[in-house]
Amino acid sequence: MKNNKSKFSKYLVSGVAALALAAGAAGSASAAENGKFRVGIVTFLSGPAAGPFGVPSANAAKVLVEELNKGNLPAPYDKIGINGAEIEAVIIDEAGGATKQVEEYRNLVQRQKVDAVIGYVSSGDCLAIAPVAEELKTFTIAYDCGTPRLFADNPDAAYMFRTGLDASVDNIGAVRYLAATRPDVTRLAGIQQNYSWGQDSWADFTAAASVLMPEAEIVEEQFPKIYQGQYGAEISALSVKRPEIVHSSFWGGDMEALVLQANARGLLEDATGLLTCGEASFATYKDQAPNGMIIGARGPFGQFAPDNELNTWFEGVYQNAYDLEPVYPATKMAQAILGLKYAAENAGVADKEIPSAEQLAAAMKGATFESVSGTVEMARANGHQAMQGITYGEYHYEDGVASIKNAVSFDGECVTPPEGVAAADWIADGFPGAKCN
Amino acid sequence: MRLDKTEISLGLIALACVLFGFVSPGWLIFLLTIALAKALVVQGVVMQMRSGLVSFGQGLFYCIGGYTVGMGGQFFGIHDAIAALSLGMFVAIVVAMLLGLLLTRYREIFFAMLSLAFSMILFGILVKSQELGSTDGFNVHDWTLFGWAPEAGAGSQHTVFTMTVVSGLIVAVLIHRYTKAGIGVICEAVRENEVRVEYLGLSPRWLLYGNYVAAAAVSALGGGLTALATGHVDPEMAYWTTSGEFVFIALLGGLGHVAAPFIAAIVFSFVRTYAIEFVPHTWQMILGFTLLAVIIFLPKGLWSLVSREKTGERA
Repeated sequence: MKNNKSKFSKYLVSGVAALALAAGAAGSASAAENGKFRVGIVTFLSGPAAGPFGVPSANAAKVLVEELNKGNLPAPYDKIGINGAEIEAVIIDEAGGATKQVEEYRNLVQRQKVDAVIGYVSSGDCLAIAPVAEELKTFTIAYDCGTPRLFADNPDAAYMFRTGLDASVDNIGAVRYLAATRPDVTRLAGIQQNYSWGQDSWADFTAAASVLMPEAEIVEEQFPKIYQGQYGAEISALSVKRPEIVHSSFWGGDMEALVLQANARGLLEDATGLLTCGEASFATYKDQAPNGMIIGARGPFGQFAPDNELNTWFEGVYQNAYDLEPVYPATKMAQAILGLKYAAENAGVADKEIPSAEQLAAAMKGATFESVSGTVEMARANGHQAMQGITYGEYHYEDGVASIKNAVSFDGECVTPPEGVAAADWIADGFPGAKCN
Repeated sequence: MRLDKTEISLGLIALACVLFGFVSPGWLIFLLTIALAKALVVQGVVMQMRSGLVSFGQGLFYCIGGYTVGMGGQFFGIHDAIAALSLGMFVAIVVAMLLGLLLTRYREIFFAMLSLAFSMILFGILVKSQELGSTDGFNVHDWTLFGWAPEAGAGSQHTVFTMTVVSGLIVAVLIHRYTKAGIGVICEAVRENEVRVEYLGLSPRWLLYGNYVAAAAVSALGGGLTALATGHVDPEMAYWTTSGEFVFIALLGGLGHVAAPFIAAIVFSFVRTYAIEFVPHTWQMILGFTLLAVIIFLPKGLWSLVSREKTGERA
């Protein structure tokens, strides 16, 4: 009996201790009102997507926040911080899956009291976050994820915005580039990672090719699993079909491995590689990628960003800080932060005042703002989705210097489905209403 | 029905949790909901560990539970949370009854790897199902409770939290009774010496089979509650790292008591969320060191902090 009693009191003590701990943790959180503009930055800091996407993005965010707080940006972003308030960035890791991201998003908003969240490379994370952003009424910018379902599944989104482009644009743009520069191509092949991204990319690419390049046939498609790393069998299967173009939506380590192995096996001598995310590894290919390989940056980002004052400035500070040129994820992160700054400074609030999520959303909806990638129009999905053009070009490496040649840009209206039309339907109908330069 | 002290204290703690839910901030409720839902899956792992089997594929049933709740609402018009959760448990039981026939023939690393393999098969199937959103998964929303739709936001969050606490309490009481009953004690005997149990005239295989099926049902309940709370399911739920996390939490808590997985899951969630906040680049290392420290200093898990004195008395 004595034993039981002491056991019981122990439970009680441990239970009370646990509650006290939790309450303490809850109490410590509410001290965030310090007049600073707190921004949650979520991107991959660990795992396979960290190297190619997450780290350049986080680096871009750090350097840009630092410079913004000093007021060093060119006009129209020369105001200190965001609307005069100093920016405090809370950077967290996107690794770990959607459930964990929802948990961390709630922590950012409710515990860390951030005023806005910018983030998400993974489409699964974007889809999971979108309803939570609406529930918590928090201004959120998806800066990189590409899924067309983001606004298709959440048509009434009020607080969720995306300053990056939809993945359909990448593949429509890729086909337009082929049609413009290599109209005689007839044999297309593809190799994609076997998950949503690869499957969707290939579906859009083949559909667009059947409309814009009716003479071309798909001679081979390969779907190795993600992070496989060894593509010997797939490269052989592609080689024997003698394709002229090998399309791939690979990214990161997989893409570098594919380029290295396909180049060594001669596949990329006989066929031209077309990598929709190819620009992310621009600095690391050196002479391991063949000259003439077509690469994209998922929009006018990274190497394809225009020569405007903002971008020249951004490239300068990024290069200064990290001794590297910014790749496209870095440019996209900068674009999202500038979008947030634009929204805050046009929300109609007094200087140094932090606008509410509703004011930010109203200012961002349908806005047109200047960015490192040129002018961004929030012209799709009821003014929540950015519309921009896309550029593809060829990778060339000579005398130790990598460069882009034969770049061709397509306007936003040329590669983006009209408002309310799904990409698949637009492609199948033959791109009605497309305005190309 | 006579309740023993453990059951009464579990009930009181559950009641305290529910009341605490009304005064705590949203993020904390969410964190606790997910931690407790995961603890249910961990209970499944622990049930099998007690009989000497380590399941590295408990994510299979976690995922089945989550996807059944999601698909029930999305495709079959089952919006009632209780019906969807029960359906998830039912599907998990059916799957476990089939797989259990094969799995219970294996022990040790062979069982671990085979259970992992089945979970990865489900992952592979889901990744290839584009109708289900492939790796992106899909949202779970518009659920009701006995025809009553909790208001979005704090209302539904509290409802899921309360449901999770109540489920946790029911499962904990049932498992507590099971482990104290003769059959539960035999589980430990199976772990220690299976041949002797056979000589006692019992079939370890069917014991393990029953255990496996029951663990599947409990894990599916955890998965379903996670889906309701998160509002999203994706194939990551069946991925081996998710299953690994459950084993991690099981080791953290230890096998000493039915409350251990709950405490371990909450500690794990707190360590993780603060590690992510304070050391965003090396939070995995903090988790790793935590587990290392527990293995080295508390080989029987966190629960040995509570039960150390008691075992001393017994010895």
